[in-house]
Amino acid sequence: MDIKLKIWRQEGPKSEGSFVDYNLTGVSKDMSFLEMLDFLNKKLIENGDDPVVFEHDCREGICGSCALFINGRPHGPDDLVTTCELRMTKFNDGDTIVIEPWRAKSFPVIKDLVADRHAFDKIMEAGGFISVNTGSAPEANSIPVPREKADEAFDAAVCIGCGACVAACKNSSAMLFVAAKVSHLALLPQGRAESGKRARAMLAKMDELGFGSCTNTGACEAECPKGISLAHIARLNREFLKEGFRS
Amino acid sequence: MSSFLNASVGRKFLVSISGLFLITFLAVHLAVNLFLLAGQEAYNMAAHFMATNPAIKIMEPALALGFLLHIVVSAYLTVTNQGTRPQKYSMVDQRKTSSWPSRNMFVLGLLILIFLALHLSNFWYKMKFGGVAYIEYDGVQVQDAYTLVTGKFVIWWYALIYVAGAVFLRLHLLHGFQSAFQTLGLSNQLWYKRLTVIGTVYALIIAAGFAIIPVWFLAGTFLN
Amino acid sequence: MSKLEAKIPGGPLADKWSNHKNSVRLVNPANKAKLDIIMVGTGLAGASAAATLAELGYNVKAFCFQDSPRRAHSVAAQGGINAAKNYKNDGDSVFRLFNDIIKGGDYRSREANVYRAAEVSNQTIDQMVAAGVPFAREYSGYLDNRSFGGVQVSRTFYARGQTGQQCLLGAYSGMIRQMAKGKVTMYSRRDMLDLVVVDGRARGIITRNLVTGEIERHSAHAVVLASGGYGTIYYLSTLAVGSNATAAWTAHKKGAFFSNPSFVQIHPTSLPQLNDYQAKLTLMSESLRNDGRIWVPKAKGDKRHPSQIPEEERDYYLERRYPAFGNLVPRDVASRAAKERCDAGYGVGDTGLSVYLDFSRAIEKQGKKAIEAKYGNLFEMYEKITGTNPYNEPMRIYPAGHYTMGGLWVDYNLMTTIPGLFAIGESNFSDHGANRLGAGSLMQCSGDGYFILPVTIGDYLADEIRTPRIPTDLPEFEAAEKEAIDRLHSLLAINGKQTVTSFHKRLGRIMWDQCGMVRNEESLKKALGMIEELKEEFWKDVRIPGTAGELNQELEKAVKVADFFELGRLMCQDGLDRKESCGAHFREESQTPEGEAQRIDSEYSYVATWEYNGEGKDHKLHKEELKFENARIQQRSYK
Repeated sequence: MDIKLKIWRQEGPKSEGSFVDYNLTGVSKDMSFLEMLDFLNKKLIENGDDPVVFEHDCREGICGSCALFINGRPHGPDDLVTTCELRMTKFNDGDTIVIEPWRAKSFPVIKDLVADRHAFDKIMEAGGFISVNTGSAPEANSIPVPREKADEAFDAAVCIGCGACVAACKNSSAMLFVAAKVSHLALLPQGRAESGKRARAMLAKMDELGFGSCTNTGACEAECPKGISLAHIARLNREFLKEGFRS
Repeated sequence: MSSFLNASVGRKFLVSISGLFLITFLAVHLAVNLFLLAGQEAYNMAAHFMATNPAIKIMEPALALGFLLHIVVSAYLTVTNQGTRPQKYSMVDQRKTSSWPSRNMFVLGLLILIFLALHLSNFWYKMKFGGVAYIEYDGVQVQDAYTLVTGKFVIWWYALIYVAGAVFLRLHLLHGFQSAFQTLGLSNQLWYKRLTVIGTVYALIIAAGFAIIPVWFLAGTFLN
Repeated sequence: MSKLEAKIPGGPLADKWSNHKNSVRLVNPANKAKLDIIMVGTGLAGASAAATLAELGYNVKAFCFQDSPRRAHSVAAQGGINAAKNYKNDGDSVFRLFNDIIKGGDYRSREANVYRAAEVSNQTIDQMVAAGVPFAREYSGYLDNRSFGGVQVSRTFYARGQTGQQCLLGAYSGMIRQMAKGKVTMYSRRDMLDLVVVDGRARGIITRNLVTGEIERHSAHAVVLASGGYGTIYYLSTLAVGSNATAAWTAHKKGAFFSNPSFVQIHPTSLPQLNDYQAKLTLMSESLRNDGRIWVPKAKGDKRHPSQIPEEERDYYLERRYPAFGNLVPRDVASRAAKERCDAGYGVGDTGLSVYLDFSRAIEKQGKKAIEAKYGNLFEMYEKITGTNPYNEPMRIYPAGHYTMGGLWVDYNLMTTIPGLFAIGESNFSDHGANRLGAGSLMQCSGDGYFILPVTIGDYLADEIRTPRIPTDLPEFEAAEKEAIDRLHSLLAINGKQTVTSFHKRLGRIMWDQCGMVRNEESLKKALGMIEELKEEFWKDVRIPGTAGELNQELEKAVKVADFFELGRLMCQDGLDRKESCGAHFREESQTPEGEAQRIDSEYSYVATWEYNGEGKDHKLHKEELKFENARIQQRSYK
């Protein structure tokens, strides 16, 4: 099939970017979305043009590298998929596809479709861990964890840090990202001890890095490729409030 | 203390608490207003009770404070959020991922604020600072608020403004109700659904309740 | 050759590690703070090592090519992580785990290292649980285990189909905690281009900042490579597209010997290739083989829809050939059996290059709900990619390049032949012999990172406490930097017509066809010639747009592919040298009458270890003889 692409091109972090149109013929429905971009890049390189730069690595929806805003939605029109899992079967002959990078003050664009999500690591540094040193762990089965709690913790722990929640949020808030980690660790007895402090520290870092605040629109949940629930944001709020006026 | 209020979630807490307070106030307000449908004396006595009850008198400044807090903190957060995406997307498709009211709470809030100003100057100001005739029931002098209110509602565009106000309120509550609980952490996957349903019903009752009054009196003028 | 001194401690096998821990030299805390360690790669091995070394007090500089260490390819491990906890009381023990790894590796790994890996596996689980890794649990709240990958006990801990992700995030969180404390400095979006060796010791690395293109010098008292495997040499593999051999290969060229390069595991349950533009093959967890049955039609070229093929016309070839293990035979056996059927013309799908993995009986017996609970996310993933629903019709699968058992040679201390250069995780050769068991990779990576390297590196660094911080203006740094820059410029200067990827695809095809699941002398020799020709063509006609001073993904790829030509050649050379079949290395000349791998212990019971001799020259072979004093040696049989 033949498609029209409108792709954001930007030379560097400080350059002005703009959309460039490409007509791509000979696209197969068998392709994944990123294979379609590989195909475009092959043609660009062979024609002596610069290929479109985009991030990708595992290509199976688990590393969180790929991050494209496609036709107005993070990771494109399909639900519960990352960009690399999106297939061209979701598009039709003659479609126009608009591709942009994640846009947020805290995710500056480095080049073309690559946004810098380093801020997520910074938030994690603020408290996204259990303070246990190697070797000081007790026998793994010494603390049973109720199955429901463990399952719920897992539901939060599946976050791949892709940033779709920020990209989807009208306020560029990272609440779902923070909530996933806080909730995951708060639900486990191992992580309980530091829970309030963790929520406080990670949220403070989130605010400091220029992410917006949460208005509970639910767009993050709807766009999260891993289906992480808003309920985790409620738990994050709870952990934050429980900490009270202490710290 | 400062780390609590410096955090966006801490500020959201203020919006949420004040919001729930205002939500409760709406129920009381509507209950009194519905006496309008029961006739002049019933309404005037209810209004008199409210105006003279010491508990209500104490709550009045608290209510004002609640409004102020809700408006000021929301405005502050909204303004802050404006700066979080300097380069906008060229195309955004949120039809399936979030509701229109949830994305436009500030706009809805502003519309309600405008309505509120009109509403206060029309009724509250006049009742508070005079200009309303008195009427006597069983030897008690009370303000004839009934005549003041119904006198306005028979004007069609006045009634229309009040119906519009109720619609804005409904949209605001549609998101605000469940959002307030979410911010307080009083939600989970099950309660999220329940609160959404309760919020939807509550918003409908409040909006329909407030809207039915001007419609009732306006309709009355046509029937007479 | 004295350089291949494995330094295995004395004493009985079960006591070696304890004895060694008690005898290695320690570095006092004040001195640790003066010592720098470079960690190249931040997957499970690198991140756990970085976290632990930093906790001990060393200053760690960690490097990864991704934007964040959380994205390292450990994230993609699905099935689980083994440990000898014996929670199921099914007779498991450290010795049995050891024995299974040795047997699974077809007696081509070092006993002492393997025993140690099995020994620390239990501590690893404790550590991960404490770090918040949400392993699957039973209703009692205690940890669950499953049987996995061709063993007869249930010792695999798992976190749905995302065990690697959860383990990696656990290690990442430990490392990031040390970043907050300033003990780990993270350099992300960096490619290591060269190793700097000063006076015979590893002292630093040269990196390229992938955003600015800047070439940087970093120094340390020791360098650790945790840079993963080289399975992307096949172009299509289950690996992340960015995985590469460059760090290990440059170290090799600087003097680190490379062992068993031809030992590559081909995973049996990957999705088949769908089109020519495909960039990678998606792995479906091996756990599917617990309930899925593998079959092809009994008739050649049978193109009927699977539902139209009656039971008696299906060939459940694994159950037929291996009645004892059936569909649960080890990966190499299952992969070769699939290839055998497809090559013989019984394969299914348009290309005839796939076999069915059928769940109908499991669904019938256990109910759709039970199957959904076990494999729901995998089934969804399958449907998303292929558009067919595996609840209704069988999956189609085919083998794909997956894991490289070969890697840098290391001694018992995980140190390479370059003093001060260590290799951990998949980048070393040490634990898996000629074939890795399922759920063994996470086990080895985390064991190396959390519990082994932090001890053994101390023994080396005890001699370094008087060495001041290494300056980066030494002539060795200058020379290495110049070499790296020259190489980039020579790549950019070619300015030919073909894309890097097109070369990579062609190389991958050569490797897959000639040095893949099955090899023979002819194919390997043919491959050597083809690789040489392709390499020449590459250096004449590759086109790399852009400059070295910017984010340039084509240049990054070119550096990796250029190294793959050299590594591919060594793989073939290694495959030629080993005329026996063992584990994943199947030499057609060496098979039993039934077509199973025939090991020749009398001649090939050694680790083939290769020394680099300069550009274009043949490598020199060194042999580390393997002694088996504890494992029960047998011809592997799963019948």
